[in-house]
This record gives sequence, C-alpha cells and structure tokens, in this order.
Amino acid sequence: MLRHCSIARRLPLARIAWRAPHRLMATDTTAKKAVVERTQADWSNAEKFTTEMKFLATLDRPLQAYRVMDHTGKVLKAEHEPDMTKDEILYCYQKMVQLNVMDSVMYEAQRQGRISFYMTHYGEEGMIGSAAALQPDDVVFGQYREAFMLLYRGFTLDEMMNQCFTNDKDYGKGRQMPIHYGSRKLNFQTISSPLATQIPQAVGAAYAMKLSGQKTCSICFFGEGAASEGDFHAGMNMAATLNSPVIFFCRNNGYAISTPSSEQYKGDGIASRGFGYGMETIRVDGNDIWAVYNATRAARAIAVEQRRPVLIEAMTYRIGHHSTSDDSTKYRDRKEVEQRAQFDNPVTRLRRFLEARQWWDQSQEEAWRQQARSDLLKSFNQAEKRKKPALEHLFTDVYDDMPWNLQAQQKELQALIEKYPEYYSTEEHAAPGPSNTGSDSS
Amino acid sequence: MAASSFASLLHPLRVTARRVSQNTSIRRGYAAAAAANPDGIQQGVAYSQLLKRVPEDALRTPELAQLSAVNSETTKMNLFQAVNDAMSIALATDDNAVVFGEDVAFGGVFRATTGLAEKFGRDRVFNTPLTEQGIAGFAIGMAAVGHTAIAEIQFADYIFPAFDQIVNEAAKYRYRSGNQFNVGGLTIRSPCSAVGHGGHYHSQSPEAFFAHCPGLKIVTPRSPIQAKGLLLASIRDRNPVLFFEPKNLYRAAVEEVPVADYELPLGKAEILKRGKDVTVVGYGAQMYTLENAIQLAEKKMPGLSCELIDLRTILPWDVETVVESVNKTGRLVIAHEAPKTAGVGAEVASTIMEHCFLRLESPIQRVCGWDTPFPLVFEKFYMPSMIRCFDAIKTAVEY
Repeated sequence: MLRHCSIARRLPLARIAWRAPHRLMATDTTAKKAVVERTQADWSNAEKFTTEMKFLATLDRPLQAYRVMDHTGKVLKAEHEPDMTKDEILYCYQKMVQLNVMDSVMYEAQRQGRISFYMTHYGEEGMIGSAAALQPDDVVFGQYREAFMLLYRGFTLDEMMNQCFTNDKDYGKGRQMPIHYGSRKLNFQTISSPLATQIPQAVGAAYAMKLSGQKTCSICFFGEGAASEGDFHAGMNMAATLNSPVIFFCRNNGYAISTPSSEQYKGDGIASRGFGYGMETIRVDGNDIWAVYNATRAARAIAVEQRRPVLIEAMTYRIGHHSTSDDSTKYRDRKEVEQRAQFDNPVTRLRRFLEARQWWDQSQEEAWRQQARSDLLKSFNQAEKRKKPALEHLFTDVYDDMPWNLQAQQKELQALIEKYPEYYSTEEHAAPGPSNTGSDSS
Repeated sequence: MAASSFASLLHPLRVTARRVSQNTSIRRGYAAAAAANPDGIQQGVAYSQLLKRVPEDALRTPELAQLSAVNSETTKMNLFQAVNDAMSIALATDDNAVVFGEDVAFGGVFRATTGLAEKFGRDRVFNTPLTEQGIAGFAIGMAAVGHTAIAEIQFADYIFPAFDQIVNEAAKYRYRSGNQFNVGGLTIRSPCSAVGHGGHYHSQSPEAFFAHCPGLKIVTPRSPIQAKGLLLASIRDRNPVLFFEPKNLYRAAVEEVPVADYELPLGKAEILKRGKDVTVVGYGAQMYTLENAIQLAEKKMPGLSCELIDLRTILPWDVETVVESVNKTGRLVIAHEAPKTAGVGAEVASTIMEHCFLRLESPIQRVCGWDTPFPLVFEKFYMPSMIRCFDAIKTAVEY
C-alpha cells in the first residue's frame, strides 16, 4: 500500500470542498443542466442581442495565480495550510531533493557519454504536490518532465536507472530513449515523445473509468508549448463535452525549448482557454508545492465527484536546459536563469517552510543529500553494469503474437549475426528468456 | 439504389459533398448494377456470384462450419446492417465496449450505428466533437485502460488528422512500453473507396499509408458476411485494427448473414475461385470488378482458368496463400483502387517476386488507380475497371 492513501483518508472530500477555490460552484442537477444546454443553443431570444458593438481581446484582467506560501515559505492564509503530517511533508521534500540529486548526476552522466539523453526537472520539483493530492488508482499520462510522480508513487531508483541505461531490467525492453518511463503497477502510462498526444488519451481513459463506476480520475501533464498542438484542443473539447473526469495539468515554465511563451500564445496563458471550453479552471503558483497540492486535491474532487474535467495551469520557470541536447544560454540570459533559480525555487521555498517549523536543518539537509546521492550512485552503477535486453525483444511486442514477416525477419537477422560475427557482437545483450515486464504487482 | 439513399453517403458538414448529391439522380445505380456490356457480362454487385443469396450457401464455407445447426439461422442484410449487427453483438457481449465518432448517436451518416444508442444507452454509443485526432486519441486512452473502443472516422479521407495518433501512438503502444500497456481493444472503422461521385475527399483508399506501419492490423471486407465476421474478429483482436468498409457496398451488397456471433480469421486470405493459369488478387469492392474481369477473360480466352483471391487482411497479409497460388499458376495480377506508386500492390508484387521468382512466367501486373488525386468527373477512367483488369490478365497470360 502506498503511503499517500492515508492522506486521503484523513482529509475528507467535504473538507476539500470548502478549501477549494471552486466552492462557489453550485451542485448540478440534471434538469438544471438541460435547461442551460438548451438556452446555450437557443439564439432566438432577443435578450441575447445588443445594439452595442464591442470587440473583446481579454478578460477584465489576467488571471491571478493561487498561492499558499510566499518565497520565504511563510503561509499567507492559515486555513490554506496543507493538512498533512510532518512525516508526509518531509516525504515530499525528500523526494524533491532526491529528484534534484538524480537530475544533477544523470545530467553529468549524459555529458560523459554514459547515457544517451536526459532531461532535468530543475525549477519544477514543486509539481510533486500534484502527486501527493492523487490516489494510487488515478491514472497518470505525462509528457516527459514528470519523474516526480513516479518517485512519489514509489518507483525505485533502480527502476529509474534501468530505464535510463535501457538495460535488460528496463520495463520498456530498451526500446525507447532515456526518461521515457512507464509503470503498470503505479498506473503511470508509458511516456512517448510526440507532444500532446497523451491529452485526448487521458480523456478516453478517464471516460472509461467513469463508465466502469470507478471513483478515480486521470491526470494529464503537458507543457505550455504542447498546448499549442491540435491534440490539446481535441482533448480539452472532448473532455468538456463528454464529461470526462480528467485533470489537465499544464506546466507553464516559460519556454518550449528556445521558444519563449510570448511566441507560443497571445492570450492569457493556457488557463484562459479553459473557460472557452466550459471547463473549471485555476492558475496556481507552480513553485509553491502547497498551491499545487491544494488545487489538485480540489480538482480531483470535482473530477471524481462531479464527473467533469478541470484545468490547472501551474506557473513556473524552466531553470535547466530543455534537455541534454540543448544549450539554453543561446536564447536566454544566464542571469535571468540564476535569479529565478535563487529567488523563486520550489525546493528552497519548501525547505524554508520546514525550517520555520524546525522540522529540517542544515545537517539533515546535508545528510539527506548525501544519502540520496549514494543511493542513486548505487543504482546507477548496478544499472550501468547490466546487459542490454535480449535481442529477441527487437521483434517482440510489435503485436501480441509475432506475424510471419517478423518471424522471417528475426531469422534473417540471426543468420546475419552468425555470418558476420565480427560486425554483430551480441555480447552486450542478455540471453533470450522471460523479460521483466514490471506488470507484477508489488 | 434509390437516389435518396445517396444522401446518407454525404458528410453533413462538408458543403462540397452536399452539392454532389444534387447530381446523383443522373448516375443512380452506379454501385448496384450497371448495364450489360457488349460481351453480355452483367457487371456490378447485384449480379455477383460472390454473394451468398440463400442460407445454405452462407453456411457452406468452411470458416462458418463451426456454426452449429442450432444457431445456423441467417437473415438478409446489406453491408451496413452487417456492420451494425457486429457492433450490436460486440456491445452486448462486452460491457466495456463503446461505439463513438461523429454523428454516430442518431445512427450514423451511413446508418451503420442505427438503433445502437437506443439499445445500449448514450454513455456507450455517443457523438464526439468533430475532431478526428481527438477521436483516435480518446479511443487509444480507453483501450489503454483495458476497455474496448470502437471508433468511427466518418470517411477514410478524413483519417489523416488522426495519422499521428494511429501511427505514433496506437501502433507503438505495446512495443514502446515493453508490453506493460497495450491498446488491443482499439478498432477504428471507416468508410473507404470510390462511390461514383465522391471526388477527392469521399473516395480515397488510404490503406497503404498505414500498411507501412508495424503494430497495426488493416482489414477490409468484401461482403456483409465478411464484414460481420471480420469486424467482430477485429474488435476482439488484441491489436489496434483499422477496419475499412467499402462504402459503395453499404447498400449494394446484400446476402444471407448468419445471425449467430461468429468471427472470421484475420491475416487469412480467401480463395474465392480456384484456377490454374493466373492468380488474381484484390480486396474490398475491387473483388466484384475482378470477378467480372475473370468472367470476361475466361469468355474471351477459352480454356483459361483464373484463381481469384480476396486478401481481406492487408496488414499483416497472407503471403502463404498467395505464394502457394502463384507457385501453381505462375502469373499474378493484383488490383486496387488506390494509386499505384507505393500502393499495397507494390508490396504484394515484390514479396511474390522474392518467393516465386523461379515460378513466375510473366511480369506481375498491377492494376491500380492512377497516381493522381481521386477525380470527380473522370472516375470511370481513373478506376481499375473490369476492362483494365481484363487487359492485365490478358497481358499476363499472353506474355
């Protein structure tokens, strides 16, 4: 049993409801909804027309971001303080630091050519608040910068490293690039590179859960750049019209690789689009773990209880490079990055919150960072030493069964390997045999 | 076929298509029955020997032999009714199955989903917003959590917005996750192929675009019996399947369809007529043209014996049956409506050349649509018609 179950039990949904920024929302009755839908369609009523000609480009003012604590870790309104125990809060913090440590080690490992690719989470660690607000059965569809979700749910460092090294223990059987994690047992759908494709998928998964009467939702993460894809529009509109219990979680970190958000959209961010789709929407301070947590908790209540979608836009800043294939100093000022890293850092902010309560101090910090680093290096070294997956997995899983053409091609490759052993060494690969699918529950 | 029935062939929101309908009365009867040609061959689906018009014929095929005497009842259905019947059975036998797409709730623009919403509820048979990439993505999501998603793309011509979801996502879902996740419960149905007056965007046969994509299955039926059995198999297959329904057969092809819940095998071609001189391969509505071309060839060239094969599954296709046939006949003609270059015919031809090189007695003939967009007024000259198929058979045997 995962530890966050206990949080849910202690924090009844009714309590969430009054804490939620959405508390003004009335409970829907079917009859009332039907009337609203009809009147929306009915354009014969004279009251719907005006003699005033007025164009609109914006709402009255930009949507403000919900914040629980300020830069110093001070909670601004006591009633918004997260209702979590010290242990649960420390768990979140330690996972954030662990993510941070993993990122720095793996980034360097890529620089040394030991793994082929990596993407860091610098500046976005506070998004782990969303993980704490969900239930283990809630299905996650991510983009690629959501390792916090896996770490929170108990994905081990070994499992992480096996994927990054794409060795014989990688659940993905070494077929995808590093950081394309997936875990069946943790309800984390495997990451794929095409942006935004997961958005309508999350809507379909949520609809399926609704049909089977499950009290669960799906959550779908994406960046503000991905929100420019057609699949964003498709998914948002489908979720709204089909009443899918899905939480859309946009990480607006200001950049899509080199493209600043000013070249990505002209409207008020991503959140303003939510209203256009008729969707409950909130913007939050993405560097404030408690704002992320509270908003996601409330969003989950809306999705699961009322069977409808919610959009959360978390404002943050991508402190790291886009990926190991990117040098962000080519398109943004190093000073800007340093400033944001120093003064608006989700890890530092939570640490100040903890220090103010005397739940954490410098020595604990150093000890934990040390621990995280040595744990990671242990997994790293083990994963690096392992063999690559068995060669048969080049051909398996394309279909449930292997069709004739793949069988023939597998034989063809085998013959080539035997014919040209000097060009086709298979020593790095594991022997054929049952592979690790990760499907077994633990 | 009544002119009014063509109204259902048209996408209600695509205005150019609606305009087409005003001209349909002058070309009525395209799919059902054309006039007899100078050789006395009655062309068209209405005269086809491939359709099973009496119950005994319907149940005679070995693949349906498993239907016992108890459930051997048949009923007369056209192709859209057979598709409807298959979905009805799928919904009744699988609580996790849903049917959705543009305009499916009222019965669909081709009537294929008629009555399903009333029978199974609006939660399980529902309209989506007008977004093909959304429909495909939504279907993938449902299938990814173990449900059975039967999605409709209104015309195969409009499947391209969903190309990314189908090719990059659905097809790779199992492979990329190391079989942790799969979308085996996904089936995408779509009306395809020529309809007499469909122009660029109501006539296309896009199967070859998808045939280049490992992870997908592509199926196309030639008749109501085939449609029902292959669709049920596609829905229950544990891989994502694209099911292309030749729309000119929706009303034109009528046969006695077993009432029972039955499946026909995927990945298996069917030999419709045995022969010894030339192998003729096609799929979908093209089978009826090939049937006529064979009749003409055997009439014009006394003693000639053609073997006719319906591929049925385009990916993965049944190489064994075709190889065996060509090893016997030494000649191959393959025909499809889609353009020639890089079409399915090219794949079949090169594979047969690899497997049957020493047995081939003439170059493999490909009779296909020309390498142009599908044209409106020139459709008769664009199509791989009976005469073009006949000419290819003649070329193959006289080489």
